[in-house]
Amino acid sequence: MARESRTSPIRVLIAKPGLDGHDRGAKVVARALRDAGMEVIYAGLRQTPEDIVESALEEDVDLIGLSILSGAHMVLFPRVLALLKKRKAGRVPVFAGGIIPDEDARRLRRLGVKAIFGPGATLEEIVRTARSIARPRP
Amino acid sequence: MTAAPRMPAAARAVRAGDRRALARLISQVENRDRSAEPTLRALYPFAGHATIVGLTGPLGVGKSSLVNALLRHLRAQDHTVGVIGVDPSSPFSGGSVLGDRIRIDRDPADSGIFFRSMASRGHAGGLAASTREVTRLLDAFGMDVVLVETAGSGQVDVEVGRVASTNVVVLVPHLGDEVQSLKAGLFEIADIFCVNKADLPGADGAARYLSELAGLTPRSDAWRPKVVQASAVNGTGIEALWSAVEAHESYLKTSGQDRALLRERIRDEVLDLYRDRLLTEATDRLERSPELDALVTAVEERSLDPRSAAERLYRGRSAGRGG
Ligand SMILES: Nc1nc2c(ncn2[C@@H]2O[C@H](COP(=O)(O)OP(=O)(O)OP(=O)(O)O)[C@@H](O)[C@H]2O)c(=O)[nH]1
Ligand SMILES: [Mg+2]
Repeated sequence: MARESRTSPIRVLIAKPGLDGHDRGAKVVARALRDAGMEVIYAGLRQTPEDIVESALEEDVDLIGLSILSGAHMVLFPRVLALLKKRKAGRVPVFAGGIIPDEDARRLRRLGVKAIFGPGATLEEIVRTARSIARPRP
Repeated sequence: MTAAPRMPAAARAVRAGDRRALARLISQVENRDRSAEPTLRALYPFAGHATIVGLTGPLGVGKSSLVNALLRHLRAQDHTVGVIGVDPSSPFSGGSVLGDRIRIDRDPADSGIFFRSMASRGHAGGLAASTREVTRLLDAFGMDVVLVETAGSGQVDVEVGRVASTNVVVLVPHLGDEVQSLKAGLFEIADIFCVNKADLPGADGAARYLSELAGLTPRSDAWRPKVVQASAVNGTGIEALWSAVEAHESYLKTSGQDRALLRERIRDEVLDLYRDRLLTEATDRLERSPELDALVTAVEERSLDPRSAAERLYRGRSAGRGG
């Protein structure tokens, strides 16, 4: 039966950390991932790193996508990554979307963020990347 | 008692409160991963203690918001709570956006709550095929209460009536004609009607109307459905809603209905599993048989009709059994 790695849908958590109050972009990405056959757990706005990590663990996701516009990415992303490690879930890949300056993006990649999408990224690009970085099922 | 066989590590982890082990096991159940079966078997005896409450109702009536309010209420009384939020899978892509979590506002460090979203994965009736089994895992994990929110795909989903012991049908004021058009079976499964969004006008009328209708609808037991008004956003009526759940649960116990219900469900489940197994086996065998091709050709040429073709396959199956 569905024992082989990818006969089951990819489960992905989409959340929006930080205090800025609109999530249109995150919703558009969520729908695109759904249309690509993924199960998208949409956690919504104002999620703390603790909220995000707990949701990711309970939902047993293969991927986490975080959207952020508020400029607090250099605080929030490292915190999410550190918490994931602490909960022994450091292997769950994280990708990011938002307005993130190049220098910050480089640093976030070094910290372990797998992919970063700016405002110009296409949905196809995001879907393709999401599919390729999602954690394979054991 | 006979000596218990050694429990699989995953089962021991779940019993010890390991949330990740639980999360992974739920995925295996969703994915029908047969390697999880020994773990499920080992956990079965530990389930059977949780109160399973279904929340069903049309799209957007506030089911998740009520779950959120109930979580607060139940945690204040020290009850541990598992939640399953079901949303539909797209029939086109197979994907899904699971949005019930948006309404949940809780302390992420509170280990007395475990929330899991499930996509229906093509299963009809507002649940996923494996929702019942996941309910059982949350039960065996030690949750006192398990809340199951159905997909709410426009109609009232009645299948949760076969999973939960108390079923809450959530509606909103100004339902008037809507109630008439709700799927048959609604009044049979509703142990409680909750008129949510009672902060909006029209709730009293809606509640009165529902009480009347509920009184007119015959049930197979002596329970008279309760009607409560609530506002999930203001937090009013939540206590009354939970009291109604408790009243129904104690009715089940004192009337002996709980045992009857349990027996009926176990019977259903065993039969379902047996049917699944038979069907899979029979279809697998058939799809490999050259006989099917020959019969399809015969029907195509109209030298045989479909019913007779099926009959021959069926007889061939019985005959093939001996060998
Ligand atoms: N005025 C009012 N609005 C409410 C109340 N409860 C929920 N809502 C609003 O109703 C909308 C839908 O709420 P949800 O809790 O997501 O409803 P749901 O039934 O879970 O929705 P689905 O899962 O999509 O079927 C949200 O905008 C809520 O804020 C209430 O008591 N009063
Ligand atoms: Mg909901």
